[in-house]
Amino acid sequence: MLDLLWIVPALPFLGFLILALWGAKMPGKTAAFVGVASIGLSALITILIGINFISSPPQGRVYIQTLWEWFNVSGMNPAIALRLDAVSLTFIFVITFVGFLIHLYSMEYMEGEEGYSRFFAYMNLFVGSMLMLVLGDNLVLLYLGWEGVGLCSYLLIGFWYKDPYNGYAARKAFIVTRIGDTAMSIGLFILFTELGTLNIGRILEQAPLNWAVGSSLPVMTAALLLGGAVGKSAQLPLQTWLPDAMAGPTPVSALIHAATMVTAGVYLIARMHVIFTLAPVVLTIVGVVGALTLLLAGFSALTQSDIKRVLAYSTISQIGYMFLALGVGAWSAAVFHFMIHAFFKALLFLGAGVVILSLHHEQNMFKMGGVKNMLPVTFWTFVIGSASLAALPLITGGFYSKDLILFYAFDGERANRWLYAAGLLGAFITALYTTRMVLITFFGVAKTHLHHKPTWIMEMPLVVLAVLSTFGGFIELPHTLGHLTIFSDFIQTILPGNSPAEGGGVSTELILQVVAAVTAIGGIFIAYLLYYKNPDKVLAFRKSSFGSTLHEYWKKGWGFDWLYDKLIVTPVVWIAEINKSDFIDLIYTFIAWINRVFNRAFSFTQSGRVRWYAMGIALGAIITITIAVFL
Amino acid sequence: MNTVPMESGLILAGILFILGFIGVLVRRNIVFILLSLEVMLNASGLAFIAAGSRWVQADGQVMFIFILAMAAAEVSVGLALILQIFRDFKTLDADAADNMRG
Repeated sequence: MLDLLWIVPALPFLGFLILALWGAKMPGKTAAFVGVASIGLSALITILIGINFISSPPQGRVYIQTLWEWFNVSGMNPAIALRLDAVSLTFIFVITFVGFLIHLYSMEYMEGEEGYSRFFAYMNLFVGSMLMLVLGDNLVLLYLGWEGVGLCSYLLIGFWYKDPYNGYAARKAFIVTRIGDTAMSIGLFILFTELGTLNIGRILEQAPLNWAVGSSLPVMTAALLLGGAVGKSAQLPLQTWLPDAMAGPTPVSALIHAATMVTAGVYLIARMHVIFTLAPVVLTIVGVVGALTLLLAGFSALTQSDIKRVLAYSTISQIGYMFLALGVGAWSAAVFHFMIHAFFKALLFLGAGVVILSLHHEQNMFKMGGVKNMLPVTFWTFVIGSASLAALPLITGGFYSKDLILFYAFDGERANRWLYAAGLLGAFITALYTTRMVLITFFGVAKTHLHHKPTWIMEMPLVVLAVLSTFGGFIELPHTLGHLTIFSDFIQTILPGNSPAEGGGVSTELILQVVAAVTAIGGIFIAYLLYYKNPDKVLAFRKSSFGSTLHEYWKKGWGFDWLYDKLIVTPVVWIAEINKSDFIDLIYTFIAWINRVFNRAFSFTQSGRVRWYAMGIALGAIITITIAVFL
Repeated sequence: MNTVPMESGLILAGILFILGFIGVLVRRNIVFILLSLEVMLNASGLAFIAAGSRWVQADGQVMFIFILAMAAAEVSVGLALILQIFRDFKTLDADAADNMRG
């Protein structure tokens, strides 16, 4: 059964190939069928493989399938080989399954759009690249998938390319993530020159043998890899591309945010955990970056008026939680939060998509209002997803995953009270902006009427995701509530475990849970007071000079775009401007000039007159004969 | 029987060739250019005949027959071209047909 693994990434690529070659000539229904079926089959095979993997685990809990050798250059011979273990199994399950639901949903969402088959072609390539990234047995193959998702995000964010703003957003996403990718590729070079291999398994074996903890090489490598992760996962300081990436169609946002791309950074750090444990400094930085990002993005989410931008900042913030978890060494908690987040964030994006489509592409929450009664299924599933995002205690998956992170931040082996405090504050803000979003969008007075009624194709994924984002959390229960550790036991076959520093006191855990619960419920209640009961006070605060400045500042993402514009873009443009005709260019202009002169001279001889040509022949003959006779 | 020395034949051929060549270069009328070309061809033919008789080989005469055949073909094609040129440009001036200038 496990030897079917290669089919999982192959099917999306096949779907892409078919759609890219013949998609334009297909009727829309066929194109959509090809796109959805390839991912669906892939998801089916993943589930079969998963059952097989769990029921009869292979030797060493890692299954490696070597397909063929890619190339062989001076000692580097990366194979096209797939690596299946607990971590990659979790990722490919989320990618194919959530990806399938998003594809299914897109059938209706994108109906009647220009480039319908192109959309599915890109989406299939996106899923295929992400599977390649996650399944790659060596870092070269991982990097191939890494760049593949970068390309696809560019193509999909700029999907409606006729609007120049979308092209701008696509370029921004591409270039900003490329900065991280450059750092990462330098990290890969260091790994290869120092360890002589890019095979993941061998790196994890050899790094501790060759490198001492905290020495300069692992620190440098880990920092460079972190650069790549920060770019893809939209963390500080490269987070600016993600809110603008909302220019793409909503299913694309769902796919980027939930199942692919932004989680690649989390995957990379988890995959390279040995390097990071050899560099504790960098691991601490990972946690700090996560904590700072989750706070910055949380405050920004609080002020957005575009529903998709709220969700975008929310993703940045939740990925911040995953980084925080990685930083405190809670590896399995990070992967767990990744999974639950994928479920509820896909649900929220798809739900927001239904609202946007139903209200005729209206994205401004303040122009929606009262959608509750128009779209009951969407409303209830959206509320379930929001509850999970806000970590409503006991009944949502988001509570269990977030609680695990907070617990390890407070009481783990690498516990850090500052990170815990940031996480707790972040949880409060999350509850606040989530409730605000739900209240403004779904409650209150209806400001528009319905243009489009979603069918089961759009509602079915919502229901499935709502179930998953609620019950998905119950596979990992804390000690105080049943003590179930299916998920972390599974992940800890690959990633190191983390035990509480103070002997796992149940009372500490209980106190932490009560604090987290009170924070979440408090956040929801305060949001209810502020945005529903008496919104006048918020408005009054926003009107005040301090309030309006702060609001603008947060709404624009803390002014990072402005700062980068001033610090980087303007100087680069300025240098390019004054350096338009530099000395080096003279050489090339000279070559061009010489060629132009000769061209003119030779074209002058082509007078088109027979007698002129005869003269040329005669002159040539005389010169040749003269040379032959006299020399 | 007095034999004509080869040198006289070659000199005559050379003079004829140069005359023909000057004709090609200086005449503008395309019919005269064609005529001058015939002169040049005959001059080279004469040189072959002279050389053939000097070394008592049939090759020179064979070559001359080839030249004659080629000249006939050339004239037929050339005359057709002249007719076409005249139809297009209403003149026989060779310089008028410089459409293919670079």
